[in-house]
Amino acid sequence: MSILTVLELLPLLGTLVIAFLPKSANRTIKQVAFVISLVVAAVSGVMAYRFRSGTPGFQFVESRPWIAAFHINYAVGADGIALVLILLTTILVPIVILAGWNEAEGGRWSVKTYYMLMLVLETMMIGVFAATDVFLFYVIFEAMLVPVYFLIGGYGRGERAAAALKFLLYSLFGGLLMLAALIGTYIISTNQGGGTFDITKLSMLQIDKPTQNFLFLGFFIAFAIKAPLWPFHTWLPGAAKSATGGTSVLLLGVLDKVGTYGMIRFCMTLFPDATKTFTPVIIVLAIISILYGAFLAIGQKDINSLIAFTSISHFGFITLGIFAMTSQGLSGATFYMVNHGFSTAALFLTAAWMVKRRGSSQIDDFGGLQRVTPVLAWSFFIAGLSALALPGLSSFVSEFLVLVGTFTRYPVAAIFGTLGIVLAALYVLLAVQRSLHGETKPGNENMKDLNLREKVTIAPVIAVLIFLGFYPKPVLNVINPTSTAVMQHAGASDPAVKAGK
Amino acid sequence: MSTLATPILNYALLAPILIVLGGALLGVVVEAFVGKVYRAPIQLAIALASVVIAFIQLWRIRGESSTSAAIASVSIDGAGIFMQGTILVLAFIGLLFIADTDNFTAQASAIPGSAEEGASIAAGRQQTEIFPLTLFAISGMMLFPIATDLITLFVALEVLSLPLYLMAGLSRRRRLLSQEAALKYFLLGAFSSAFFLMGAAFLYGYSGSLNLNDIATAVSGSGDNSIFLLIGIAFLSVGLLFKVGAAPFHQWTPDVYQGAPTPITGFMAACTKVAAFGATLRIFYVGLDAAQWSWRPVITGIAMLTMIGGAIAAMAQRDIKRTLAYSSITHAGFLLVGVVALNKSGLSASLFYLVAYGFATLGAFGIITLVRDSAGEVTDLNRWVGLGKRSPVVATAFSFFLLSFGGVPLTAGFIGKFSIFSAAYESGNIAIVVVGVLASAIALFFYLRVVLMLFFAEPKDDVVSVVIPSFFTRIAITICFAMTVVLGVYPSLVLNMTETFGTFLR
Repeated sequence: MSILTVLELLPLLGTLVIAFLPKSANRTIKQVAFVISLVVAAVSGVMAYRFRSGTPGFQFVESRPWIAAFHINYAVGADGIALVLILLTTILVPIVILAGWNEAEGGRWSVKTYYMLMLVLETMMIGVFAATDVFLFYVIFEAMLVPVYFLIGGYGRGERAAAALKFLLYSLFGGLLMLAALIGTYIISTNQGGGTFDITKLSMLQIDKPTQNFLFLGFFIAFAIKAPLWPFHTWLPGAAKSATGGTSVLLLGVLDKVGTYGMIRFCMTLFPDATKTFTPVIIVLAIISILYGAFLAIGQKDINSLIAFTSISHFGFITLGIFAMTSQGLSGATFYMVNHGFSTAALFLTAAWMVKRRGSSQIDDFGGLQRVTPVLAWSFFIAGLSALALPGLSSFVSEFLVLVGTFTRYPVAAIFGTLGIVLAALYVLLAVQRSLHGETKPGNENMKDLNLREKVTIAPVIAVLIFLGFYPKPVLNVINPTSTAVMQHAGASDPAVKAGK
Repeated sequence: MSTLATPILNYALLAPILIVLGGALLGVVVEAFVGKVYRAPIQLAIALASVVIAFIQLWRIRGESSTSAAIASVSIDGAGIFMQGTILVLAFIGLLFIADTDNFTAQASAIPGSAEEGASIAAGRQQTEIFPLTLFAISGMMLFPIATDLITLFVALEVLSLPLYLMAGLSRRRRLLSQEAALKYFLLGAFSSAFFLMGAAFLYGYSGSLNLNDIATAVSGSGDNSIFLLIGIAFLSVGLLFKVGAAPFHQWTPDVYQGAPTPITGFMAACTKVAAFGATLRIFYVGLDAAQWSWRPVITGIAMLTMIGGAIAAMAQRDIKRTLAYSSITHAGFLLVGVVALNKSGLSASLFYLVAYGFATLGAFGIITLVRDSAGEVTDLNRWVGLGKRSPVVATAFSFFLLSFGGVPLTAGFIGKFSIFSAAYESGNIAIVVVGVLASAIALFFYLRVVLMLFFAEPKDDVVSVVIPSFFTRIAITICFAMTVVLGVYPSLVLNMTETFGTFLR
């Protein structure tokens, strides 16, 4: 049994344990959930240690027949890209559980249900990155919407039911397009001697260009909705605004990465020719996302919407890096996914604490927090700096790689992308100024600073952001061989280094 | 003067149908002679026993195949046996729901609201003709998918339909609505039967035979597009499409589904669909395969219309039974996709879909019987709002059935949809896959809307409550739920069977 399977089963086991606990044992339930998520994180650490970086291809593979009639296997494996995303997941889940220790109390349903949903979601998040069978990937990709739907709708704020429904409908619609494309790919593999859903075998198929274009679009639109890329983003702000802090972290930090991950793993690998055809369009969409997200972020009055729109901008960067079709850009994009995960986590968690203390999510209701709650204010500030990619924080490294990788092939796009950095400084610093500095607004005087639990939660996130900002090598070492391999398969060679570089 | 040859019948192969028929006749006798106290349990026992014994016999002959079991009028083959088995299993569950005789009128012959009716309710005189009627319907359903000549098909169609017309009118509450449904169903059903018969006559005129295999030979041999053939196919299709509830012949479905007693609606929706699609598949795959140029484009169009139309109409419904009726129309469209795929995968996909759909349908209608106020079942969707708060288990189960209808992964419905679309794609009909995907998206919307109502809204109506299910109902819902989960997570259980059984004998 592969270590990946162990990782998937552990949270399920936790769910089962919680299912047998009485509904009123809130404390025990939380403790069990937290311990299980810590164990998962530890096991994933062992996996990372045993991972042989430098070798492309899948490791820790396991394959068992699942639905023989359609040649569907339970097949898992991890390459560099999948590994870092799995690690991102397993590290964020315990942080989220600890950060939102009392988040579930005000929900429509019990605390027990909340943590069961959370752990089921963790299983699926690990599974979705580990799947090497496209059908398995699809099933998890779709099924994980259900726990998120209930997490937003049952434990969120404000217009939570409507936001949850919108999120679900958008995603399911994308998923159905992908289903059609998935079936098409499968039938082609059947016609070319042996139906299969194995990602490696499918990437060897010879598909004619028009068909490839359609299949590519089926997959791509599903991922673009998930990511979310402009103009498929409209579900995100509502969902982020209504979800609890913890759910938002997982939604934007991990789940949306499935979209960009899917673009790399499926769109580029399975349909290299179509990828080339659509690259210019996608680059333009990515640039629009970067600028659009940034401009709208500047104008947001709600702190959670602000973070959501900054994420749209950041997902634009990730998509730009992926479709720059250089190994540098791809490595940068993958690293960006990790960093965005952590920096969004820091932002959403600190924002959630601010909102909870103040009882309002309007930025204008805060003000002068620096004086009242220095630790909280500093945490939010650092998170913000990481969102604007300040040198010394990890997001700088990835943003730089993305832009350099893009510049070698699409200089104009890179220049427009750089504008996004300027705008990022604007939206972050404006928000920081309005909420942290200046006069202490009435109603904020008695706000309490972070307690020990909250400090313990936010510390590792900030530590990761700073550590990887100075020493990104361990992560890049894992990512680089894979992204080179992906690019080679897609038939894109890095542009020759021009003289003077 | 020629002597009439005695037909040679292979009783072992026909036994499953005969057992059910025998049970039905026994039920009639019981109804006449047994006192009211013992009648209901005895009837139920007979009905369940005949279904189980028939299934055991079916299991014993599962490997057989023969075209001469009853001269040449039935074909015992893999697909036929599989469909008979499916009907029996679904009927067994249906009977468990029907066992709750509280849903049925005490005395069907009494005028609704009359003193006579009141007296029989007060005296506890519950008639139980529902059980033999169900068994008669089951026997017709079992004959329908294996019948190979047009007359036998017609007889089977009538044997399965006539009891259903009656059963639709037997509701205890809102009897006028129920009787209206029955009458509507009867009139339209009779009309469509006439079409079917007319089609059979034209096909006979064209080929000189009533046997599907002979018709197939005639079609492939002559290659001439005789007007008789075209009219025959058209009329025959109208009859079949009416029974499966495909647009534009679906008009009866919402009214009948709404008016009929809910357990009957579930039984009808699940089992009739299997039988009707069984016959449809056989007629088109075996009899009219060679004439596909004439019917395939038309049926493709009808499938598209049915999928999209059903899904759009379902969105506007305010009554849960009508919603599910339109949803069943949408599913008829998906199943027609399997019919026009016209390949081996299409057949086995349709078989799987029927199983998955049948369990979810029975389960969903079973749950509807539980949601009541003082005047009986509550089917107004607005009054279901917030049910998840008061009865989380029931609401969860119901939502799960809806998600399966919607084809969300890890439910049986998803695998069904996947295999149907794969088969259609394999046959090269990509347009229908695209339309199917769109229809699924629309359909998902109204399934999710119901889930939303159940869970994410505050209850407004305090009178509505979920009654404690009877023992049988509880078992039946549990089986449906378990099957929907199992077939979603480990579909190989049935998929392997549909692969092996999915062949028609020609």
